Order: sequence, then structure tokens, then C-alpha cells
Amino acid sequence: MSEALKFRFDVDGNDFTSAGKASVQVKKNLRQLGLSPETIRRVSIAMYEGEINMVIHAGGGVAEVTVTEDCVEIFLSDKGPGIKDIDQAMQEGFSTASDNIRSLGFGAGMGLPNMKRYTDYMDIKSTVGVGTDITMRVNI
Amino acid sequence: MNKVTVEALKEYGFSAVALPEPEREITGVYIGDLLSWVMGRAKSGDAWITIMSNINVLAVASLADTACVIAAEGVEITEDIAKSAVEKGINILSFSGSAYDAAVLLYELL
Repeated sequence: MSEALKFRFDVDGNDFTSAGKASVQVKKNLRQLGLSPETIRRVSIAMYEGEINMVIHAGGGVAEVTVTEDCVEIFLSDKGPGIKDIDQAMQEGFSTASDNIRSLGFGAGMGLPNMKRYTDYMDIKSTVGVGTDITMRVNI
Repeated sequence: MNKVTVEALKEYGFSAVALPEPEREITGVYIGDLLSWVMGRAKSGDAWITIMSNINVLAVASLADTACVIAAEGVEITEDIAKSAVEKGINILSFSGSAYDAAVLLYELL
């Protein structure tokens, strides 16, 4: 595999019932590529958390998944409110989700920590009032 | 350790809501309702016991690759969700007792 393979998804910010669609699709695609179950699990969990964050906080966004010879890269970009304090947001249990969101089972404050835990590299660039870009890599 | 399939649970007070993969083996148990927590901690092959019954449960079950979802306390799974579960290959069983009761039964079986 010399050329990188790229999948792109628009994440709908208004639809909780279809949240996770992109992650489930990526899981299928990676399975077809024959990646190991553990790699697929790590990528799809990290991506789902990111996808849910974009739906809950940012009104949706764009997700791009690139598969190269040695890693799977996930790039998430939104034009949401941005993250004020990234260190605080990275703490397990810290959440700004509403009670309504919590009643759906989200808002545990585990999203960003899970993304870090399941990837080999994670970089967050966020500007308040402008949006957030997240790059994650899972080594194959 | 005994091999326990998802389908076998039907004989122990669990009722099938959606069983697209009845032969799937259960290798462990995880209990939780906070979806991110479940995603981060449940292992592939676990029976996931929860009282959450909304559509997002399907995405989490699929991504975490659990063997089945057990909807405890008899929480209602709508027909739409059951249908979607079949399409996505996710097993769901219903259990009228508590998560603890379900876990005790599974402990005896596994």
C-alpha cells in the first residue's frame, strides 16, 4: 500500500440518533482493509468520542480518516465554541455537557481522555469562538 | 471455563430482543450506563449490562465490540432500535431484574 487512503465524513450536528455513523462506517472500512481487531477498536473508539463531542458541543463538523502504511490518522475539525482550558478538559470526569445530554448517557467527562488513551498521538488546537482541530494517530 | 453463547442466555431468564448473532460467545461482563465509560472499559466479547435504552447504545456496543447488550430492569427497547440492532449485527437481550441480578446469573454461567 503505497498511496494513502482517505475517508471523509460530514458530522451532522443536529442529529443525536445518527451520531456515531461515521465511526461505524470507518470501522467497516478498516475491517475490509484487513487491519487488526485491536487497531480497529482503538481507531473507532477514539473517533466516536470525537464525533460525539462535535455533535454535543460544536454543532457538527468534519472528520477525515487517512490510512497509510504505518498508521491511521483521524483529523476532526469543527467551528464550535472552542475549548477554554485544554488541560482541564483532558481530566477524567470534567464535562460541560448539559443534564439533557447526560440523561442520554453522555457527559461522563471521559471523551478526550478516551481519545488520548486509545491513540498513540493526539494534538488539540483550539481557539475560543473559532473552533477546534484535533489530530490523532494510531500506529499499525 | 464454559463456553456460553448469547443464545444460551434465553434459558436463564433473559429474553431476546434482537439476536442477529446468536452464536457469539460471551467472555466477560461489564456493567455501566455512561457511554464513554463503557467504551473505554468494556472488553470485546463482554456482555454489557445497562439500563440505557436509547439508540446510542447500538453505536457503543458496535464500537466496543461487546457480545451483547443486556437491558436490565426491563427497560423498554423500542421496535426501531431492535430493528436497527439486527441490521447492525448487535445482540440485545432484556432482563427484568437488576443489573446485579443479571451479573450474578452470568457469574454462575461463565
